[in-house]
Amino acid sequence: MKKFTLLSNRTGSLFMAPAAALVGAFVIAPFFWIIFVSFTNRTLLGKTAVNPEFVGLDNYIALFDPSNFFTRGQFGFSLILTIQFVLFSAIIGQAVLGLLLAWLMQAVPKPVKSLTETAVIGAWILPEVVIGFAWFAFLDYDNGTMNEILTSLGLPRGDWLLDYPFWVIVFFNTWRGAAFSMMLFNSAFSSIPPSYFQAADVAGASSWQKFRDIALPLVRGHVVTDLILITMWTFNVFTPYLLTKGGPSYRTEVLSIYTYRIAFRDFEFGKGAAVGVVIMFINLAFALIYLRVARKKAAGEAQ
Amino acid sequence: MKLGFRQYVSRIGFSAFAAILGAVFALPLIWFLFAPFNARAELGLATPDPFTLQNFAAVFENSFAIRALLNSLIQSVGGVVLVGGAATLAAYALSRSAMPGKGAVTYVLLLFSSVVSGSAAMVPIFLIISAMGLIDSHLAVILVFAGGLLPTGMFILRDFIDGIPRSYEESAMVAGASPVQAFFDVALPVIRPGIVVVVVWAFVNIWGSFLIPFILLRSEDLMPASVAIYSFYSEAGTPVVTLLAAYALIYSLPVIALYLFVSWKFGFRFFGGIKA
Repeated sequence: MKKFTLLSNRTGSLFMAPAAALVGAFVIAPFFWIIFVSFTNRTLLGKTAVNPEFVGLDNYIALFDPSNFFTRGQFGFSLILTIQFVLFSAIIGQAVLGLLLAWLMQAVPKPVKSLTETAVIGAWILPEVVIGFAWFAFLDYDNGTMNEILTSLGLPRGDWLLDYPFWVIVFFNTWRGAAFSMMLFNSAFSSIPPSYFQAADVAGASSWQKFRDIALPLVRGHVVTDLILITMWTFNVFTPYLLTKGGPSYRTEVLSIYTYRIAFRDFEFGKGAAVGVVIMFINLAFALIYLRVARKKAAGEAQ
Repeated sequence: MKLGFRQYVSRIGFSAFAAILGAVFALPLIWFLFAPFNARAELGLATPDPFTLQNFAAVFENSFAIRALLNSLIQSVGGVVLVGGAATLAAYALSRSAMPGKGAVTYVLLLFSSVVSGSAAMVPIFLIISAMGLIDSHLAVILVFAGGLLPTGMFILRDFIDGIPRSYEESAMVAGASPVQAFFDVALPVIRPGIVVVVVWAFVNIWGSFLIPFILLRSEDLMPASVAIYSFYSEAGTPVVTLLAAYALIYSLPVIALYLFVSWKFGFRFFGGIKA
């Protein structure tokens, strides 16, 4: 029997046209444009803004200059800082906390569950500037809630944003993003047949044993998905800017803030583009891994 | 089932631990529930004393702040209409036509959209918008958000449409409807829940976003609330806490309302995996 097609190719392409135009102009074209700009000395102002010159690999050579690669405020410093930021706030912070929260949510009474979930999801969905300001107030030296709590416990106050800026953005990003991992693991755990756990209960297994021997092996695929996604998002996140503006003295200048400073504060678009290209290739590596994993999983489910 | 002593203790332990974690998450947010109603709000946590709505009144008298909310609305609604419309048409075509390479298109789009995102995208997007002569316009913000959110929106909707039997439209066409009529009169009502999901998701994303308008806009009277909120800082760089807190609450309300709507209507689970 001939398969009945609902849309002819012509009507189909017509339906595709608006999306194709938008994605072409604002997703595909930027990819190639930024590679081109990264080989020029384009600036925002001055002579080279209109007539940028081709400078070959100069921008890249400047980024990877070994003499100042690890100096604060330079590309290498930002890159390493970003890797640490992703490691601590996404891979350790968000994933572990999300997993823990999802596991706890299986066992606690409904009111505790819904209140905790509301707070965690609230941290995730509220606009980033609001969250940024709430944390600014939370950490304030004189009146902030954090120092009030420490004082009432008889502990010394801290000027967190000044003394431990890196750990502040790590905790901030962990707090902000844990909701995603929690929800992902929540749905993973709820897809496990309850009979597995009932059997373990009968055998007298502890909660930790059930977690380690039943739940964790069964959600391994979700763990991989979660780690790739939160790594990609955290790697690109600009929100720490709202808390520290990259300071003090570049100590929280992750790559997104570094790019912003080079391109929009120092007006060096060529160099900013080169940073962008490096970021894009790192993103590409993660995206390819992700699509591979997702595809494998889809194929596994179809069988 | 009767609980043994050990299970009973561990139940309580779990609940206490979950409650503590919840409190840790709530702590930075609680300030933001009290301060807007406090006439003398500072950065510290305090119950409103005296309780007042004066801060909100002051915000509503500030025409700049109100216009910023309106700008947020223009940019979000504009972006949402484009994303919703274009994603629906494209996802339908990807699902129902026999065009070659449909699967590849979806994968390539998802790949590009995760590669060209956030920090990598700001320089080329600025240059493209500037080459189009659109710097400092609502349209710039709307188009950039639409382009950036479309691949994921198409992906979600395509999944959704693939799950709907084709027989609805087929019988309409056997009865003499054109493909376009079958789409608008038969398919569209069925896929509406999927569109609602994409639209809400896109709205929340645009409404809360800071970086794109921050880069693309210059004029104060085009700034959305996410950028304009920084006008509640004094010349010395210290925040005017009372007004800022009240404004932050007003600015957050649509997001909270949409979240409540979605979790009431669909449950919140679907949101997994689709936050840009």
